[in-house]
Amino acid sequence: MASQREIRRRIGAVRNIRQITRAMQFVAASKLRRAQEATLAARPYSDTLEEVLADLASVLTEEEHPLLARRSGGRRCIVLLTTDRGLAGSLNTNAIRFALREIVEHGDDITVITVGRKGRDAMRRARVSLEASFNGFGDRPRFADVLPLARLITDDYLAGTYGRIDLVYSVFVTTLTQRPRLGQLLPIRPAPDTAGIPGRQFIFEPSPGVVLSQLLPRYVATRLYQAVLEGTASEQSARMVAMKNATENAEELIEDLTLTYNKVRQANITREMIEIATGARAL
Amino acid sequence: MPLRLDIVTPERLAFSDEVDEVICPGIEGQLGILPHHAPLLTQLGVGELRVKRGGTEESFAIFGGFLQVRPDKVVVMAETADLAAEIDLETAEEARREAQRALEAGYVETADLAAARAALQRALLHIQIARRHREGPRHRG
Repeated sequence: MASQREIRRRIGAVRNIRQITRAMQFVAASKLRRAQEATLAARPYSDTLEEVLADLASVLTEEEHPLLARRSGGRRCIVLLTTDRGLAGSLNTNAIRFALREIVEHGDDITVITVGRKGRDAMRRARVSLEASFNGFGDRPRFADVLPLARLITDDYLAGTYGRIDLVYSVFVTTLTQRPRLGQLLPIRPAPDTAGIPGRQFIFEPSPGVVLSQLLPRYVATRLYQAVLEGTASEQSARMVAMKNATENAEELIEDLTLTYNKVRQANITREMIEIATGARAL
Repeated sequence: MPLRLDIVTPERLAFSDEVDEVICPGIEGQLGILPHHAPLLTQLGVGELRVKRGGTEESFAIFGGFLQVRPDKVVVMAETADLAAEIDLETAEEARREAQRALEAGYVETADLAAARAALQRALLHIQIARRHREGPRHRG
């Protein structure tokens, strides 16, 4: 059995760990709140854009703009959103496994662009061809942060490099559940025209072509931004839950170790008393 | 009949209320929108967006984006929309100096150059609108 001192040292170490995990839990909780607010605040814009595209659905024929054109064949590209930092439970593992399954199923004709260090490292390990990798966008992603990536993929798509571009990201379902999801970014598939007015009735200024060529790339960037915000909320909630579990485990461990410590201490006292008693009798 | 106006930016909902008239910088010149305007989808330029309601007027610094007129509402999807009253002149001046420094330092990457130019343009717009706003609302036709 370990010595008293050794057990006491371990209790101290576990206490320190508990302090750190608890602090991380609270930090993640407050960042989660901020991330959720940011996601909500960004929703009116993306909803509006979605609505505008739905209004224009009848005008948005494939010939109208190359970003709408479905291509037969062509390589596929997957944009994988992960986090820079770990200690977020199974969040990244799930997203990465999801992406890898897609890659294995669809053969070698897939290129990957990663956002976040975790995704990049995993794709390198899996020897998947990486087209580009971006660092994560931090805890407070701004719209301007996603623009370079949005420009890269729209340009590549327009240049005909890819036939289809997908996005794999973590959807924030609840604080306890985050699910990896695949969404098609390009070609754009506008929602069917629901209510609203037929697109033909709109006056376009300067012209339908110019407006669409500005509006559609914007839509891609907005979809990307929404996914990034969703990913940030997922990261914080996954970390919060992981750290809560870690804190609870540390508490359990401290309890166990304290019990062992007391047992050892008691055993030592008993042994010493027996020694004294034996010594006294020997006199 | 009042006009419903929403101003949204990628990061937030900047304005949502009933108004009497919207005057905004269209890509092809100033654009006034009154109730019952025909459906329209236009690109926005850079400039001041004025909102009239009751007897008062509010103004926003608008930096590109789109405007859609629907039968039920007018939607402005702007890159950025800052309420003139909330623009801090000091901050805007600082942003302008910063952007000018960046431009003078000389950039190699075209993307950076474009970003610096946009920042400068935006700062100048902010300064202009904030100044005009400080002088008190002007009554224009």
